[in-house]
Amino acid sequence: MIERRPVLTILSHLVLLLGVLIVAFPVYVTIVASTQTTAQITQAIPMSLVPGDNMLQTYRLALFGGETESGGRIAPAWPMMWVSLVTALLISVGKIVISMLSAFAIVYFRFPFRGLVFWMIFITLMLPVEVRIGPTYEVVSNLGMLNSYAGLTIPLIASATATFLFRQFFLTVPDELVEAARMDGASPMRFFWDILLPLSRTSIAALFVIQFIYGWNQYLWPLLVTTNESMYPVVMGIRRLISGDAYTEWNVVMATAMLAMLPPALVVVLMQKWFVKGLVDSEK
Amino acid sequence: MAAISLKHIVKRYGTGKTAVQVIHDVSAEIGDGEFVVIVGPSGCGKSTLLRMVAGLEEITSGTISIGTRVVNDLEPAERDIAMVFQNYALYPHMTVFDNMAYGLKIARVPKDEIRARVEKAADILELRPYLERKPRALSGGQRQRVAMGRAIVRQPQVFLFHEPLSNLDAKLRAQTRLEIQKLHRELGITSLFVTHDQVEAMTLAQRMLVMNGGVMEQFGTPAEVYNTPASTFVASFIGSPPMNLLKHAPGAGLDTILGIRPEHLEVGNEGWPLIVEGIELLGAERLLYCRLQDEALIVRIQEEQQAPKVGETIYAKPRADRIHLFDALTGLRI
Repeated sequence: MIERRPVLTILSHLVLLLGVLIVAFPVYVTIVASTQTTAQITQAIPMSLVPGDNMLQTYRLALFGGETESGGRIAPAWPMMWVSLVTALLISVGKIVISMLSAFAIVYFRFPFRGLVFWMIFITLMLPVEVRIGPTYEVVSNLGMLNSYAGLTIPLIASATATFLFRQFFLTVPDELVEAARMDGASPMRFFWDILLPLSRTSIAALFVIQFIYGWNQYLWPLLVTTNESMYPVVMGIRRLISGDAYTEWNVVMATAMLAMLPPALVVVLMQKWFVKGLVDSEK
Repeated sequence: MAAISLKHIVKRYGTGKTAVQVIHDVSAEIGDGEFVVIVGPSGCGKSTLLRMVAGLEEITSGTISIGTRVVNDLEPAERDIAMVFQNYALYPHMTVFDNMAYGLKIARVPKDEIRARVEKAADILELRPYLERKPRALSGGQRQRVAMGRAIVRQPQVFLFHEPLSNLDAKLRAQTRLEIQKLHRELGITSLFVTHDQVEAMTLAQRMLVMNGGVMEQFGTPAEVYNTPASTFVASFIGSPPMNLLKHAPGAGLDTILGIRPEHLEVGNEGWPLIVEGIELLGAERLLYCRLQDEALIVRIQEEQQAPKVGETIYAKPRADRIHLFDALTGLRI
């Protein structure tokens, strides 16, 4: 590119640097705070931005729980991370499977009330979890699904957005491909498994990342549905560590926050490979 | 290998008052091992007809038989046919080998037989070096050959070709045409080939089915269709440049259209007086765009013959044995 106005380039770089700083700074503070002791955090005003030497102890305490110096009890984070992981995986995989099958039905089959069904799915977009939380809680409770993975995931598992995404993608698959598969004797599910699924790899990867993070970050619904500490997701764990009256172990809070951030970040990084591969692989 | 029988095929879209009928009572008998080309302009119903034979469209009324079976209610995969599509329709994420093997895999053909059939087809089509490639790594012509290979391995009774050459460039088209001819000579499988290109029709067909507006206008050998067209449509559709159709030709009666091909007008000292309005040199021959009274006419002369000048009047006599007469109202041959 011919640089006609170096001022603009410098300006754009400055803006970008500023953006990076604004986003990265809180994360940096969190990391640093997790390497110090609570005393160091609360007593130094402002908090020192130099990493401390208390990292191992803090993370061990955060992950496995135990007694703190001031006598407080820390619940271990690793069971909560496990709950979060299972929930997020169940939600993302479940959403993908259900919405792919729905989109498949809507695009490739003609059945009575097809248009009505499509619009009904569309209308559910007006009903996020928060709006239907009361009745959903009652149903889950009546079915005895409180404090279980089923209760944590099933109410969240249908997705209109994902259905739309797949519908739009399936509409771009050429009709001739479907006809060739029919000629070859492929049944509809065979076609779905052998041809549609491999072609949808990029969409599936994209959706998996989004839904995994959505599932991992669920707070309001688990708060309502779980009363047993063993079923708390890690985002709830962080909140519970911050107690108003008792002494808050800030370094442990920060460490738990870092632990909670790692798996989604890992998922994004790993899935990026799939994204790029999918883009490069795109056929004519 | 099997004969195809089309009996009183009608195709209607929709029902009741808003129904649109696109195929009006087409009947044809195609012999075992015959190569039949269905040709016609866009929208004439040829693709619809092919798709009905394939099982991709419902048949409103009439029967289609392949061999001894009536196939109206059979799924495409049950009809023992194979189709080559205009856009090849190859599975993009599978290798060439897997593309060709897919149908056999579904039919639970044993692995070693799949391998044998695919390799044999690959040999016929010279695709051996490409078996492990994916479609995106192939050229258009190679992809078309893979599509044909996929059809061959099924060892069907009938081949259906849906405008397979339309997406190829001119040179490749000519080349692939020859390959298809060769294939038919070697395998001898009954084939139905749909195209809008009359050159493809003339060169590939053992018999041609000319369609227009959902109606079968003529079904005959290329020679028959060229030399004795059954209607003005067939006369003007086949042949390039098209046959001259004159409403007020000297010597023809009222309500009669006289047809004469450009190459059958002999330029000399006597005949019709034609005013030359344009000349095109095509290399080996010349096309003279003329006017006879109020009607336009094209005359084809050899390159060696004396070329007239624009504005000149020349005299051309139609060869008596090559005059075609059509009824002015129906367009049908008299």
